[in-house]
Amino acid sequence: MLQVENLQRPDDLPSGQYVLGPISFRIERGECLALTGTSGAGKSLLLRALVDLDPNRGEVTLGGVPRAEVPAITWRRRVAYFPAEPGWWLDHVGDHIPDRPGACEILAQLGFADPDDVMSWPISRLSSGERQRIALARGLSCDMPGAPKVLLLDEPTSALDTDSCALVEALLQRHLDKGAAILLVSHDPAQVARLAQRSLHMVGGKLVGTA
Amino acid sequence: MTPMTGYIELSYLDLAIAALLVVLNAGLSLAFGLGLERRMLLAALRMAAQLLLVGFVLQALFDTVSLWLTALVALIMALFAGREILARQERRLAGWWGYGIGASTMLLAGMVVTLLALSGPLRPDPWFDPRYAIPLFGMILGNAMTGISLGLDSLTTMVGRERAGIEAQLLLGASRWQAMRTVAQRALRTGFTPMLNSMAAAGVVFLPGMMTGQILAGVAPEQAVKYQILLLFLIAGATGLGVLSAVMISVWRLTDDRHRLRLDRLR
Repeated sequence: MLQVENLQRPDDLPSGQYVLGPISFRIERGECLALTGTSGAGKSLLLRALVDLDPNRGEVTLGGVPRAEVPAITWRRRVAYFPAEPGWWLDHVGDHIPDRPGACEILAQLGFADPDDVMSWPISRLSSGERQRIALARGLSCDMPGAPKVLLLDEPTSALDTDSCALVEALLQRHLDKGAAILLVSHDPAQVARLAQRSLHMVGGKLVGTA
Repeated sequence: MTPMTGYIELSYLDLAIAALLVVLNAGLSLAFGLGLERRMLLAALRMAAQLLLVGFVLQALFDTVSLWLTALVALIMALFAGREILARQERRLAGWWGYGIGASTMLLAGMVVTLLALSGPLRPDPWFDPRYAIPLFGMILGNAMTGISLGLDSLTTMVGRERAGIEAQLLLGASRWQAMRTVAQRALRTGFTPMLNSMAAAGVVFLPGMMTGQILAGVAPEQAVKYQILLLFLIAGATGLGVLSAVMISVWRLTDDRHRLRLDRLR
């Protein structure tokens, strides 16, 4: 489904900014691929490059269509990236969510008792666990018909308790069952074992092994 | 209307007497151990030398009344102002962009508005008469410069601070213009503020310099006030045009056609 060939940092970027690749791999429909490696190994850089948030070169195709032929805005709706620390730009939760009914549905699945009330919560008072789950609902709901096809998740449950973590994993499993592909960065071997079929290991911006 | 009453000519001796005040300041600095006396005297000397020099240049310019010479002086003024804009930014666009955006938008805004004033309300003969064109251009430039440098400084500072929020919007499928909107709006507001403040406070909190100068030179207050109002309108127009174009071009340069935030283009 998602095919990556020789993805790397472009030559014309000032050197020393980041080191990445060349990296090649593929993820199939309904597959969860884990991405492991120590902090600073380049996992987030790889996800950023895949979603085209940093300049990069190499071939990335989704369902056989090269990324270069897809406008960036459309690409990011098909390949959705969820950073470890989600960003916010306005004061309240609701200001950040274009599709409220869709997001509320997901928030309910993620253990929020009153999702409509969540919309009026100020961002500054959210715990990091709440931020993670709300960001997930925001991203998964923003393109309801046909939802993102590939999810790039950077430690999606790092700030969650066991119960919330199970709810997030169940949600991700439902997306996998519906045919989405997931690239999951996780430092939790048990979670990797529960969700992923294969895993990639990164060191110094390069893939060093698959399992 | 009161007729022009003429003005009191100043001699260099008069200036020397006033300069005693600076010497007095320097003495105070020495007495209180502020360590400012050297800088104060140097600054005063530099100011006097620069202005006397400009006086000679202006005199020569007024005597020749040449279009090309006037344009050249205006260009040099804009180039210096561009450097000033660059110096007032903590983070700036790398390469020539940092200087180019400030200098070109200011030159453009200053030129458009000055030409407008020369062809509309003032109509000197010839139209480029440096006696009108240069002081007008200088005052417009100085104010547009403040606005542009504040606007750009606010943009480049904020874009770094708000990076996560901007990228979150891009990730949700926003275009670069949508994602940069909040930051650009705040930069524009910062750039416009001094101009709005000076219009709001003019005449109440302070008497604008040009009007005061004209009154001292013997112009009837009613006429001096009209000139000042005209000038404030021109400044508002030029600042608006300059800040808007400088901020928007910078937003364009800080992002790319794949709708990415390019902080690597800042330094």
